[in-house]
Amino acid sequence: MLRPALLAAALTAAFPVHADPQLDALRAELQELKTAYEARIQALEARLQKTEAQTAKAPVKAEPAPVRSSFNPDISLILQGKYAHLEDRADRGITGFLPSGAEGPSRGFSVDESELVLSASIDPWFRGYLNAVLADGEVGVEEAWFQTTSLGHGLSVKGGRFRSGIGYQNEQHPHAWDFATNSQVYDALFGEGYGQDGLQMKWLAPTDIFLEFGAEAGRGGAFPSTERDSNGFPSLALFGHVGDDVGTSHSWRAGLSYLHTRPQERAFEGRDLGDVDVAGGFSGKSRTWLADFVWKWAPNGNATQQNFKFAAEYFQRRESGALSCDDAGVDASLCTGGITGPYSADQSGFYAQGVYQFIPHWRAGYRYEQLFRGDVVFNGVDAGATLASLADYDPRRHSLMLDYSPSEFSRLRLQYSRDEAQQDIDESQFYVQYIHSLGSHGAHKF
Amino acid sequence: MKTSLFKIPFLHRLVGLLGAAILVPGAAHAALKVFACEPEWGSLAKEIGGPQVSVYTATTAMQDPHRIEARPSLIARARNADLLVCTGAELEIGWLPVILAESGNAAIQTGQPGQFMAAQYVPLLDKPAVLDRSAGDVHAAGNPHIQTDPHNIARVGAALARRMAELDPAQAARYQARWKDFSTRWQAAITRWEQQAAPLRGMPVVVQHKGFPYLESWLGLRQVAVLEPKPGVDPSVGHLARVAAQLQATPARAVLRAAYQSPRPADWLAQRSGIPALALPFTVGGNARAGDLFGLFDDTIDQLLKAAP
Repeated sequence: MLRPALLAAALTAAFPVHADPQLDALRAELQELKTAYEARIQALEARLQKTEAQTAKAPVKAEPAPVRSSFNPDISLILQGKYAHLEDRADRGITGFLPSGAEGPSRGFSVDESELVLSASIDPWFRGYLNAVLADGEVGVEEAWFQTTSLGHGLSVKGGRFRSGIGYQNEQHPHAWDFATNSQVYDALFGEGYGQDGLQMKWLAPTDIFLEFGAEAGRGGAFPSTERDSNGFPSLALFGHVGDDVGTSHSWRAGLSYLHTRPQERAFEGRDLGDVDVAGGFSGKSRTWLADFVWKWAPNGNATQQNFKFAAEYFQRRESGALSCDDAGVDASLCTGGITGPYSADQSGFYAQGVYQFIPHWRAGYRYEQLFRGDVVFNGVDAGATLASLADYDPRRHSLMLDYSPSEFSRLRLQYSRDEAQQDIDESQFYVQYIHSLGSHGAHKF
Repeated sequence: MKTSLFKIPFLHRLVGLLGAAILVPGAAHAALKVFACEPEWGSLAKEIGGPQVSVYTATTAMQDPHRIEARPSLIARARNADLLVCTGAELEIGWLPVILAESGNAAIQTGQPGQFMAAQYVPLLDKPAVLDRSAGDVHAAGNPHIQTDPHNIARVGAALARRMAELDPAQAARYQARWKDFSTRWQAAITRWEQQAAPLRGMPVVVQHKGFPYLESWLGLRQVAVLEPKPGVDPSVGHLARVAAQLQATPARAVLRAAYQSPRPADWLAQRSGIPALALPFTVGGNARAGDLFGLFDDTIDQLLKAAP
């Protein structure tokens, strides 16, 4: 239809002469061709429409699209590493706080732990999840749990090893963090995050507003708790979350959590006032309150172009019991001969961060972290009178980051931090980080 | 003896009442609570269910259904749903698994009658021959944007009406009657749209995202170029320039995008090559005219006709 018409038009344009019998004959021939062509096309179209109508009426036997590609578990692997430009410092402990045992970043290029995640439905009643971290010469089980899917009434029970539901960042693994380094608050509280070996029960209220309550009982093998050879559940956690939308562009979640543990001979290393290494242990009670708030914005709820995320957490920790202290090496310290005395600490802190995706794939963020050393009393006097590592000092840190994510599966990040975690230290830190995920599409929590 | 016999059933009744009040608030008002992942399925469920159902739609036409946050509000609504109606075919893979896991709702889990995946009732197009992430955000089961062909809406609707009747047998007759009524009006509308759209057959178009294969196959549109170099990958200026150059050899009549997508690539190309950029509603609520399923196709066809030769 189109071509003869075009041809005719082209011919008319090519021979703008008035009358020519030969041209007229050609035109007539073309016209004839065009009419025949159009008739044939019309017939074909009619036939096509008829067939289409028939197929539309006939019940379509659609082959069921596989919801899951196979029975194999969803597998994903996270590759991450960074280059860190840091000052040469003997230790990176946080002044005023007993160390959680978290390792600070290495200088230069380092490959961070690779995370291997497997998850699937176990049967109609349970699902299972494994998160293993691979590092040189070791495999760590970060999480290995089952969760019920069939209890209904908003109830679910999780059992095994899992990240505790307390706080906001706690359930996130490092690849989901918005910054290249852990927040100082978590460094002081739990290390990377608090894991439970035990049971978790959650109940979601039947309300239109999100209202969730959870309780956990665990063995408490990690800081601020310790391994202990006993029956029962020395680590207890309670948490509640509430959240909703405001219009289509805003959503938020707030939470309040409580963790109670009973550490026994929880080892620590520090320095006395003369800068001599000391070591010892804490036994007693450790109680932590955490309040968290997350707010996300995306125009019309469409986060593809632009979005903003604000997150903040505040904690208060009270510890009371007995602290022992002795020389860590051959040098004589203020603890020489070994001291054991009553210890109590009432400490707090917070972080607040904002991350803004200003154009697709690019995000910029700022985080401020501030710890308050509070009252730390050892043997009846301020702990700073004996231990320099528990001196009365409020640590803080500023971080700025810029990241670029070519796709949902890859991310490159630059970060600058001004670290004042240790008394008399003011360090500029630079990080370049990559995070890549392979395999199945992991859905992230809010 | 007498008192205890009296007390036990009374207690049972009290507990039952309390339980009912706590666990299914508003049970008396709406028999069936539907959680629809996308607006088209929310609309369809309303057409079939009428006043017998209450429908919550999780996303809007202004949101990219691939990229939705697993927001607390969605988890709370999924908690109380009797029926989850989603597209499936991995469209919601980035957020629905979290909603399901956190909802504590056994009825809507995978494999339960309370979970309805529309893509299972429609023959899918664009099944990738090779599954590799280097090809971008491809869906293994095929292209999930099935709602742009009204025949697919009819196929899904028939199955959805059956499912709703199965879940809520007391209202089965009403669902079937409403479906029959809708279906009759829908078939008439399809005939009308197909007549109107006759000039669109063979019309060459450019699309921003591979979101319209079902619309193209229904109306006989000819897709000559895609602005995204790979599904889910934003077009670079260089790629757009190549598409513009390609259009000089094989011209197109319009460049199509969904309402939720950034207007910039389509507008850039439209300006460069002098063809109109059409923001098709893509789903219910995509623009003012697309207030329901009928409006969705009325507007889509009208917009396309304006670009027709």
